[in-house]
Amino acid sequence: MKKKKIARNVVAHFVLSILGIIWVSPLFWIILTSFRAQKGAYTSSFFPKQYTLDNYVKLFTDTNILNFPRMFTNTLVVAVFSCIISTFFVLSVAYCMSRLRFRLRKPMMNIAMILGLFPAFMAMVAVYYILKAIGLSEGAMIRVALVLVYSGSAGIQFYIAKGFFDTVPKSIDEAARIDGATRWQVFTRITIPLSKPIIVYTVLTSFIAPWVDFIFARVICRANANYYTVAIGLWQMLEKEYVDNWYTCFAAGAVCISIPIAVLFIIMQRCYNDSMSGAVKG
Amino acid sequence: MVKALTHGNMFTRLSCLVMGIGNIVCGQITKGIIYLLAEAAFIYFMITNGIHCLAMLPGLGDRQQGEVWNDALGVYEYVKGDNSLIILLYGIATLFVCAAFVIFWRSNVKSAYEQQLKKEAGRHINSFAEDIKSLFDENLHKLLMTLPVAGILTFTIVPLVFMIAMAFTNYSKIDSHLVLFDWVGLENFKQLFNAGGSLGKNFWSVLLWTIVWAVLATGLNYVLGMLLAILINRKGTKLKGLWRFVFILSIAVPQFVSLLVIRSMLTQDGIINVMLKNAGWIEKALPFFTNATWARITVVVVNLWVGIPYTMMQVTGILQNIPQEIYEAADVDGANGFVKFFKITLPYMLFVTTPYLITTFTANINNFNIVYLLTKGDPVMAGDTAGKTDLLVTWLYKLTVDYQYYNLGAVIGIMTFILLAVGSLLVYRRTKSYKDEEGFQ
Repeated sequence: MKKKKIARNVVAHFVLSILGIIWVSPLFWIILTSFRAQKGAYTSSFFPKQYTLDNYVKLFTDTNILNFPRMFTNTLVVAVFSCIISTFFVLSVAYCMSRLRFRLRKPMMNIAMILGLFPAFMAMVAVYYILKAIGLSEGAMIRVALVLVYSGSAGIQFYIAKGFFDTVPKSIDEAARIDGATRWQVFTRITIPLSKPIIVYTVLTSFIAPWVDFIFARVICRANANYYTVAIGLWQMLEKEYVDNWYTCFAAGAVCISIPIAVLFIIMQRCYNDSMSGAVKG
Repeated sequence: MVKALTHGNMFTRLSCLVMGIGNIVCGQITKGIIYLLAEAAFIYFMITNGIHCLAMLPGLGDRQQGEVWNDALGVYEYVKGDNSLIILLYGIATLFVCAAFVIFWRSNVKSAYEQQLKKEAGRHINSFAEDIKSLFDENLHKLLMTLPVAGILTFTIVPLVFMIAMAFTNYSKIDSHLVLFDWVGLENFKQLFNAGGSLGKNFWSVLLWTIVWAVLATGLNYVLGMLLAILINRKGTKLKGLWRFVFILSIAVPQFVSLLVIRSMLTQDGIINVMLKNAGWIEKALPFFTNATWARITVVVVNLWVGIPYTMMQVTGILQNIPQEIYEAADVDGANGFVKFFKITLPYMLFVTTPYLITTFTANINNFNIVYLLTKGDPVMAGDTAGKTDLLVTWLYKLTVDYQYYNLGAVIGIMTFILLAVGSLLVYRRTKSYKDEEGFQ
């Protein structure tokens, strides 16, 4: 009996290790590639023959063709602003849907659900023309346009935050109301401080979005390379005309972007799990 | 509303024409002036732009852009033609402005009637400052919702209406209708449904593949992800945290990075083929992306790489909630692991995670990233617009961005929506969390 148990454990760990290797190998490979001295997409062995830091140096200094540092600042600026606006939108809508009772509440929730079923970028061509019509499609205004694209309709993704607010006991609100607090005060002084995990979650999701999206960014930026975000930049490095010279730099860029994003993602996941277990424990 | 018109006094009725007058008479001067200004602004807008925009909407413009001979001056003059796209966009925007105005107008009449009643009953009429204050209390939803709703209107609803309208026009590169186009009714739908034509053939095969893909991707990810979670959670497994971290790491990396990397690993002379060749296992490179069947399997398998950790993350907590007594009872009855999984774990999980399953199904039908980044829909047969791995969404993207068949793209968007709506909305509304929102408070 005991032998059987040990055998089973060995098998389980063996399977897990194999799976683990399969899951990590693409990531491991891109890290190896980012240190590879030999240029180009083609390689004859898994491990590079020579290691170098040149790819990282080139990525940050060779700014004539593909200006990675500028893409990085562009994305950072867009991400910060769109994150502020989206967080505000999501929290406001979620709070109203969860706590306040008004006439259009249910219809609005249904509409939000229906809108969520349309392919997200179905309307992007139209969005581009709207932005053009209000004069945001040229020059530095492209950054504003990107911020608006990422945050403008953020309010529609209120479901997770609403689910969280639903778990905040109503009795706390009622107690505060009896003490003479207005609803605004209940929202800002009671609900918000109790909602740290969901706020962090919302902030991080909206902060990450501009870093990983390249569909909208491509449609909005078009040929204006000055305002490219990192996602388009990295995509560009794999296009035919660049791939031979830039493949290893792509790897370096991917590593530079992935590490911070991965850290943020893991924090976000933790907050998500915390928020799923409810606001007030006990 | 009807009451306001039948029972309202002269000023209430007058405020149907001159907005805000009811409020001004009752002492709410600031509010009244705001209503009045809104009306003036609306009328100004309609006269300068709005009426023109609306009038152009049914015809979508017909003036060609070009040069016209001017007799008086004896020169060719450049004439700016109509741009149907702009006409359509402005027309729809104007419709929305009108709708917003009607809502505002209604609120004006109502407010006038309310103040009238209050005045007659001798009750207190709110001053402007008090109105503002109420925005932070009983009318907090108005304060909080206005901006987000405005955002959703401009960046989701108006564009969507615009795209849906496009499905009924001939706005496409075919016959060069990119500047001037017209309404064509249901022509595009007919073209798409006609299984005899080349577009129709593409459509039905893409639709079939989309459904097969969504079922496969959702089902396999769900079952395998759950098995992985069980494998990690079982009592004998050491270093649970480490294993979870390893798998979560792969989804923490931005998807476009990991998918582009996998794509470059799987190409003809990518590292996988090179290694297999070096090992002497294969002679020719494996056609991961060039053979239709291979490409489809590749997409599904790579999606397992992306999806299994997600499922694992989602179900880990729920798995631990399954009452242990059921398993113990099953042990007594002599059930093996296989039976326990299919008779206890899976039914329980299906019951609890139905909403999650629907969401993943929806996400898979709309799964743009995996197909576009991995295969770009390839392989494409000569003469087709859709490749063998194209989903409806990626085909939509290609039709609009690459081919500029905007009308057909819009039709496909509508079809995707119908596919999803029919399935999920019905089930959503049956779930407990929707029906019984306040159930556990």
